[in-house]
Amino acid sequence: MPPKNFLKIFLLPFWVTFTPHLILKVVFKVRSDSNEQLLLKGLANNDAKAIDTIYKDNFNVVQAFVLNNNGSYDEARDVFQEAVIALYEKSKDESFVLTCQIRTYLFSISRRLWLRRLSQIGRHSAQIDGLEDTIPVEEDMEIHEKRNAEFSMMDRAFNSLGEPCKSILESYYIQKKDMTEIAQSFGYTNSDNAKNQKYKCLMRLKKLFFAQYNIGE
Amino acid sequence: MEDILLLDSIERYLTNAMLPEEKAYFEQLRKDTPEIDQMVVEHKLFLQQMDAYTGHRNLKHFLHESHARLLEKGDINEDGVVRTKGKLVQFYHKYKKVTAIAASIAGFTALTISVLVAYLTPSVNKSQIQQLNGAIDQIKKVQQIQNKKISELNSSIPKDVKVISSGTAFLIDNKGYLVTNAHVLKGSGAIVVNNKGQEFIAKIVNIDQTRDLAILKIDDNTYKPSGSLPYSIKKGNIELGEELYTLGYPKDEIVYNMGYLSAESGFDGDTASCQISLSANPGNSGGPVFNKNGEIVGILSTRQTSAEGVVFAIKAKGIYKMIDELKKSDSTLQKIKVPANNSSLKGIDRVKQIQQVEDYVFLVKAYNQQ
Repeated sequence: MPPKNFLKIFLLPFWVTFTPHLILKVVFKVRSDSNEQLLLKGLANNDAKAIDTIYKDNFNVVQAFVLNNNGSYDEARDVFQEAVIALYEKSKDESFVLTCQIRTYLFSISRRLWLRRLSQIGRHSAQIDGLEDTIPVEEDMEIHEKRNAEFSMMDRAFNSLGEPCKSILESYYIQKKDMTEIAQSFGYTNSDNAKNQKYKCLMRLKKLFFAQYNIGE
Repeated sequence: MEDILLLDSIERYLTNAMLPEEKAYFEQLRKDTPEIDQMVVEHKLFLQQMDAYTGHRNLKHFLHESHARLLEKGDINEDGVVRTKGKLVQFYHKYKKVTAIAASIAGFTALTISVLVAYLTPSVNKSQIQQLNGAIDQIKKVQQIQNKKISELNSSIPKDVKVISSGTAFLIDNKGYLVTNAHVLKGSGAIVVNNKGQEFIAKIVNIDQTRDLAILKIDDNTYKPSGSLPYSIKKGNIELGEELYTLGYPKDEIVYNMGYLSAESGFDGDTASCQISLSANPGNSGGPVFNKNGEIVGILSTRQTSAEGVVFAIKAKGIYKMIDELKKSDSTLQKIKVPANNSSLKGIDRVKQIQQVEDYVFLVKAYNQQ
């Protein structure tokens, strides 16, 4: 038998086995990549459908990890939601491109968050790692911590504001309501009065916030 | 009041709600008064913080809603049972595709290679080899038939009997009296075979279970008594450390083994026997133990299973005691003469000793009539 023929016969099974698999893999990867980008965009815009999809696809893995490592259902939920928030903060950034799957990112963040929490409360467990991929997320964790701190500063400032300031500012800045609408619902005679009140409140809020912010800095 | 107006202006400026002229005026004001400029920057930062806060808070809210919704739909669950799969199952799920692919590649490759090998191997030799095989088979068959005939001619073992144990025996009187172990003679009859393969029918004369000794007598016309026995059987004691050797039939051929006396008493302090360090195997039972002068000092009987190389031999004194007792009860045994002190082997070397002795050491096959 000539050697050329022999080589062909020998290589044929490998070609048959590997090639379709590789092609499929590439096609699926491209498709899932664009899917993931869409999901991230949806998340950045607080799109309920995107949030639901991300939630549904990733929650169970994180929940299993937390439960297996000495955690409760509530703790699992908190950890997962915090991870989604971290992803959200990243997705807000226009220049951001996710270098790994959403699943891997969320799991890595959740894992770090939970292990840190475990060591904080001194509840140690023989760490059970699933077979999920993880990526190093230390840097992202730092950014996230900072954001979290700012969030709680603002939250504290809002909560120590007292009514009706809190509600007025929430209506205007968070629910993005119109000033006339606010005036009506709060019972101000005109929107200018409501506006005045709003600015007074805003000044107090700024004071409260920056008091903490500057200490924090 | 001015603060509020200023704040209003800053906010309208930042949200781009100013008319062009107003904006130009404000920008000029910003340039001229650093305090206002600083306030603008500060407020901008604050509004950014507010935005971030708003987004964060809204998302938290959405996530809670999402959680509740999925919980209701059953896409996620929080009931008491932890629904996590075992590691192995997780592993299986993760790698099942890879495993399946790997397995099919392996299978396919193996098949291909075997087909190729089968196809490419030169197939000419095969028939030649097989022919050779056939020839060997034929030769084997012929041999088997021949062997059968030979054994039919020569075997003294009665037909339809079953050999159940074998051991070693040695002559104590050239009239055909042999000594062996009682435990060797388990069956109803025995034959003895000498080192040349000649078989003789033997009669069991006496079995002494307490001493574990037995006497056989060759009862066969083909047996021709030889001259006097070359060895003697020693009544006296053996010294510790004395070099000893034995001959026996652990297989169909006579086997020599050498050792030394390691204790003067036998198993569990039995003074009728002694302990020898020597390697022995089933079939050595009943074999003579010689000292360096070629005198028989004992009969190899048992070995310790828990220790390597520890065997026990009945002291030769036991033979005399047994025969003395027998002589009292059985007058036909009066003729037995045990050689007490006429060993002709003293001073000659071991190989020569064995050459002279081996003709008097027999393989015993005890059988049961079926």
